[in-house]
Amino acid sequence: MIPEIGHFALILALALAILQGVLPMVGAHRNDAAMMSTARTAAVGQLVFVIVAYACLTWAFLQNDFSVAYVANHSQLALPTMYKVAAVWGGHEGSVLLWILLLVGWTVAVGRYSRSLPDSFVARVIGVLGLLSVGFLLFALLTSNPFDRLANPPADGADLNPLLQDPGMAIHPPMLYIGYVGFSVAFAFAIAAMISGKLDKEWIRWTRPWTTMAWIFLTLGIALGSWWAYYELGWGGWWFWDPVENASFMPWLIGTALIHSLAVAEKRGLFKSWTLMLAISAFSLSLLGTFLVRSGIIVSVHAFATDPARGVFILSFLGVVILSALILFAWRAPSLDSDAGFSANSRETFLLLNNVLLVVATIVVFYGTLAPLLYEVLDIGKISVGAPWFNKVFLLPMLPLVFLVGIGMHTTWRSHKGSLLTGRLLIPAVASVVLGVLIPGVLYGRFGVMVSVGVIAALWVISTSIIEPLRSWRRAEGAARITPAVLGMSVAHMGVGLFILGVTIVSAFNVETDMSMRPGETVEVSGHTFELRDLRQVQGPNFTAVEGVIDIRKEGEFIAEVHPQKRQYLVQKNWMTEAGIEVHWNKDLFIALGEQLGNNTWSVRIQYKPMIRFIWFGALVMALGGLIAVTDRRYRSTATAAEKAAVVAAEPA
Amino acid sequence: MRPRQQRMLAVGLVVVGVAIATGLTLQAMKDSMMFFVSVTEVSEGKYPDNRNFRVGGLVKDGSVHREEGSLEMTFLVTDLRCDLPVSYTGVLPDLFREGQGVVAHGQLDEVGVFIADEILAKHDENYMAPEVADSLAEHVGEQTAALAEGPSECSPQ
Repeated sequence: MIPEIGHFALILALALAILQGVLPMVGAHRNDAAMMSTARTAAVGQLVFVIVAYACLTWAFLQNDFSVAYVANHSQLALPTMYKVAAVWGGHEGSVLLWILLLVGWTVAVGRYSRSLPDSFVARVIGVLGLLSVGFLLFALLTSNPFDRLANPPADGADLNPLLQDPGMAIHPPMLYIGYVGFSVAFAFAIAAMISGKLDKEWIRWTRPWTTMAWIFLTLGIALGSWWAYYELGWGGWWFWDPVENASFMPWLIGTALIHSLAVAEKRGLFKSWTLMLAISAFSLSLLGTFLVRSGIIVSVHAFATDPARGVFILSFLGVVILSALILFAWRAPSLDSDAGFSANSRETFLLLNNVLLVVATIVVFYGTLAPLLYEVLDIGKISVGAPWFNKVFLLPMLPLVFLVGIGMHTTWRSHKGSLLTGRLLIPAVASVVLGVLIPGVLYGRFGVMVSVGVIAALWVISTSIIEPLRSWRRAEGAARITPAVLGMSVAHMGVGLFILGVTIVSAFNVETDMSMRPGETVEVSGHTFELRDLRQVQGPNFTAVEGVIDIRKEGEFIAEVHPQKRQYLVQKNWMTEAGIEVHWNKDLFIALGEQLGNNTWSVRIQYKPMIRFIWFGALVMALGGLIAVTDRRYRSTATAAEKAAVVAAEPA
Repeated sequence: MRPRQQRMLAVGLVVVGVAIATGLTLQAMKDSMMFFVSVTEVSEGKYPDNRNFRVGGLVKDGSVHREEGSLEMTFLVTDLRCDLPVSYTGVLPDLFREGQGVVAHGQLDEVGVFIADEILAKHDENYMAPEVADSLAEHVGEQTAALAEGPSECSPQ
């Protein structure tokens, strides 16, 4: 009965979504206040029904209702309760439901915190969000109904994929989805602006905190995914250039460009149509990501059982969304641009370069991700584009970008007076170069061109982003009190620097060895000795495991004892590696059990990963910077709104 | 800068950037792109010389062999028509199993053994890399016919 209520609630939500997508739009067109006022009400109503549906599915999981196909495929009696709740988004159907919930959550938040904007504009924004919601609800109801029943329910479920039974994985998808869905607000804003035929400064200012919030969640979501892959996939990599990773990375790159171009659009009234284009692209790429994951047309470790009907639906939806947005863009956007000029030596130029380079980077990732498909369609052979290609090509736009960031931060709008590289940038420039050349050799015992370039870039970004906060803190002459916007920018850029530092060092000085070990044996890797003291059997709630007890010593001194496991999950029978990781601020020691080589001997992979924590720490600092920027006073009427909005959006998850 | 110049600058930068990126991308593509080759193609000699490529299929039942206590192991990868011996030293992925799909990355040595430096098995056992699925699908029908005809025309390994 409960699942049917959920199904019915989804249908009612669809009806309300249609109302929300049509009435406010018509109302705004006719300037009919009564019709426009339906926007917020319909959104709230829709949210209520989607919450009911979501609660019903969660209930089915908690009650072990295996007559519901989705529950039978993604849960099991012995599954810990926490993972039963998380299993709701552990498969395709449920994650679509989560996506809808978040979309409607954002919509209601938009409705609540948009009082400062004209009614007709808000009505259009909510209307567009309603139409998107119609698309996703149809997708759920027609191709991916999570409430489908089984005629012969099994006695026990097939269990949640063991890889997903992990706290990091449990919160990674909601974070990522909040980010994806968040870009739908920027998208709806762009469409509404084009329909209205004008783009006021206040509207742009209103969009900025929303876009930044979406970007923050996307940043955290991607970082969590990377961190999870690192310790859970068992092999110590942190980014694989997997198509699905790329699918989340492309909207992030465009979203980053969008944040920067919004700054120009707000402050100077320039780049308006370009900004709209980025807003459309960011959301379209989020949709494309969904399509890639769901359709199974591309090889990926993110295995969703594939269903052609779903792929076709998403592709059509994507087509409709992109095509209508582009037609509208071609028709309306040119009239929105202003004719103001700027000097070549100005902040505008640097932000323009930022945008160009980020777009080029996105194109690179896009091409690399879709090239295998292209080759197949054109019938010129089967290829796979792997990490070596991405690692090489992605640097081309990113390296110049990183060096320009340091200068761009310190330029002024319109026309910058004075030369760029002298004055306060001189010391950071010299210091970064000197330290960048020395650090690899002195600390890690090997000099190298690429590693020095990386360290120089990292130190350059970090040191140049400290200047402004430092001047403000020391009350330097002529330095105004720093605003949260500038502080946020500085912190986010510092995060970029920390990230680059981590990536560079770990890529250059990572050590990886595969060994065959038996209890009592000792091996040495990068100055640490690892002794396999014992191998023992361990019993978990829904798995059994072999656990190694390994002592780590450095120069004879005991550092830590780690417990890598090889688990076998009882229902799905598959093996899972739980790595044993010893974490320090400047290095990880990573030990994973391979397989039994017979006679109490196991293959063991031992890795030394210097500075790898800086990768995720850097991402965290970037997100923190975004959060600080969002609190800037000039968004006050709307920005506090966006923060609460995020809370509203996050709550049901 | 006047708006017109400004626009020209923007367009110019985009064009130059895209051109450089495209050129370097294509260059890098040549060097680091990986070709996927089916087992049958390998036996017919259709594979890139002197460079790494990927080969995929199923791990043949009963073919996995390793010396006790050694990291080195060998197995046969099959596309249901031809088999290819693969040798690998190191830790295998969790889902590597006989009868399951696998993708190996490496080179062919002089005696026709594929020396893999990387073994990929997918994280979901119901999921198979499309290339592997394709190369298997081509030969599923033939298998029954081949049984009737006797030995298939694979070149001896």
